[in-house]
Amino acid sequence: MAGNEAVTEKKTRVAMPEQEPDYRRRNFEEVPLGYTPEMAVKEASRCLQCKSPSCVEGCPVEIDIPAFIQLIKEEKFDEAIKKIWEKNRLPAVCGRVCPQENQCEGRCVLMKKGRPIAIGNLERFAADFAREKGIEEASPRLVPTGKKVAIVGSGPAGLTAAADLMAKGHQVTIFEALHKPGGVLVYGIPEFRLPKDIVADEVESLERQGAEIECNTVVGRTVTINELFEEGYDAVFIGVGAGLPKFMNIPGENLVGIMSANEYLTRANLMKVYLFPEYDTPIPKGKNVAVLGAGNVAMDSGRTAMRLGADTVRIVYRRSREEMPARAAEIHHAEEEGIEFLLLTNPIRFLGDDRGRVVGMECIKMELGEPDASGRRRPVAIEGSEFEISCDLVIIAVGTDANPLLTRSTEGLKLNKWGYIEADPDTGKTSIEGVWAGGDIVTGSATVIQAMGAGRRAARSIHEYLTHNS
Amino acid sequence: MFEIVKRKEMANGTVILNEIKAPLIAQKAKPGQFVILKADERGERIPLTMADSDPERGTITVIYKVVGRSTELFKGLEVGDSYQDAIGPLGQPTHLEKVGTVVCVGGGTGIAVLHPIAQGLKRVGNRVVGIIGARTEGLLILEEEMRAVSNELFVCTDDGSRGHHGFVTDILKRVLEEENVDLVVAIGPVPMMKFVTEITKPYKVKTLVSLNPIMIDGTGMCGGCRVSVDGVNKFACVDGPEFDGHKVDFDQLMQRLRAYQSEEKTSSKAHRCRLDQ
Ligand code: FES
Repeated sequence: MAGNEAVTEKKTRVAMPEQEPDYRRRNFEEVPLGYTPEMAVKEASRCLQCKSPSCVEGCPVEIDIPAFIQLIKEEKFDEAIKKIWEKNRLPAVCGRVCPQENQCEGRCVLMKKGRPIAIGNLERFAADFAREKGIEEASPRLVPTGKKVAIVGSGPAGLTAAADLMAKGHQVTIFEALHKPGGVLVYGIPEFRLPKDIVADEVESLERQGAEIECNTVVGRTVTINELFEEGYDAVFIGVGAGLPKFMNIPGENLVGIMSANEYLTRANLMKVYLFPEYDTPIPKGKNVAVLGAGNVAMDSGRTAMRLGADTVRIVYRRSREEMPARAAEIHHAEEEGIEFLLLTNPIRFLGDDRGRVVGMECIKMELGEPDASGRRRPVAIEGSEFEISCDLVIIAVGTDANPLLTRSTEGLKLNKWGYIEADPDTGKTSIEGVWAGGDIVTGSATVIQAMGAGRRAARSIHEYLTHNS
Repeated sequence: MFEIVKRKEMANGTVILNEIKAPLIAQKAKPGQFVILKADERGERIPLTMADSDPERGTITVIYKVVGRSTELFKGLEVGDSYQDAIGPLGQPTHLEKVGTVVCVGGGTGIAVLHPIAQGLKRVGNRVVGIIGARTEGLLILEEEMRAVSNELFVCTDDGSRGHHGFVTDILKRVLEEENVDLVVAIGPVPMMKFVTEITKPYKVKTLVSLNPIMIDGTGMCGGCRVSVDGVNKFACVDGPEFDGHKVDFDQLMQRLRAYQSEEKTSSKAHRCRLDQ
């Protein structure tokens, strides 16, 4: 029955090898190990090469997916990566952190059979291949336009906008508030999900192509948007991210051992606490850790805590499993690593000891009622169901609000009622002439690829503006 | 890189002054604002309120007490050495306006932060009464500088080795009794600021304090710097570092500042091991 076997084989998705859960839960190495060339070719040959591919419609940056997959199938790996680069500057990043299940892979016709092509894995394979082989995007010889664009924030939106604008011959300078470029890719997403070398490579390649990067520059404080124009910039793109972490606003929240996921992850990732005391920044080593929230950031926090030596890590979430906003793959990874889920549970108060350190949490059980504005069923507290859990570290991962630092210092910049910048969704244009914005500071927390899409659209509009205004 | 152009040891080597080349920050810096410094690749980001800035020379000055691993590392930097990172100016500047008589109370290295503020308050026309203190004479800093910007200056030491034998709060009380005070600015160790606010409260004199909680980014991103002000959480890096002292929960602030005490020991020990190698 060899023939049948071949058919079944063709149907199944080639799984990406991963570090074993028991082993990886205590190290910071990347979890998925990547495809071998054989695996990649095999997975690529499953692609049906649809005439009007719906996967491309699902991609916020419209990569020609069937084309690059075909090239992988033909083992033309270097051409495959060039195909991707036509649309995506950060494939090594996107292949790892995009929610493909809601985008390209979610639209794949094979999805109906539950076996979509592993587009993300293939993208990652092509990008890693290029990195290993030192293949560089040939920068086209462009006539410089003589126009200068300031990019505020070096996260996914800023990096994409910068790359696209440089590809049109404009000069760009990227301003970053922290001491290292990369934004959320560096401070937020952990090493085991996105190795920082990869981000550094991407940034360096932009620099080699002529981008200037100014770290330690807080636009709004060190320099204002107005001053950037005075210095001779022709346009400004704001991609500073959302920032301001949300708290629970319940009693005891300022006890020692309670922190935002932003703080926890920044200590862990940007300041490299997992190398403490080699690196100087400390982090509380929780033995029993509670993470509030159930998005990707919550999973990242919980998995980081596990790697830093926790005995137990519990994700505490007020709705049920179905409503958890994290990617299925992340939830799965977390579970494999021994992270527990305390669902339909809401903390109402933190408990501390006499030194002001958190020792526990009082929670209440919830049940799901009628759907709310978000369409999800609203969690309602069950009266009298209070109970206590003990924990010595609490990480709050319930989202972020708009950071007012830059917006407050920029007169005339129109904000919506939540403090996010009002920008045209198609172009990123703001209320100030010559100023564009995109990413989380416009939409609120979203994904890396959505921010990249916004960077791309803004770059297109900026280019138009710069060429028509000359 | 941010080069140290001047370095001075003060208070028997327990306090260090660094004048640092940072032209962009110097352009903008105002009294009351802070910077974040990081010595090298592995270093911590340490927030320090500036003692001075000179746009012409393109420099900023910080004066810090050597208290742990990171400040030990800072202390080792000589003139010509550089900080890898300097970020700023951060926080809100002090609101300098003419209110009448202002009492400026400084303790320890807080005096360094207080000095430019006192100077600014005097320049806009206030009568400035300075009260500065330290444990002992050898640890007192900037007495002459403070004298120059005060209409009247009181000096206190805990052991009586210089000036009044006792605490800054003793003198403050006397001043409050004797004259009409419109504003008190208190900068120093948290317990000192707490006592100052307790003393001024019955007199209903507005009291500003400058806080230095644990920080990471200094831009409102981590929330580590949150302090409870009037029962509401404020981010010291964005909304502060100055707050109305009568509304600050100092006990909580002290607890939060002790968060990493045991790690600090591990870190300092590891540092010494590295040096010994
Ligand atoms: S230092 Fe991070 S929010 Fe203030």
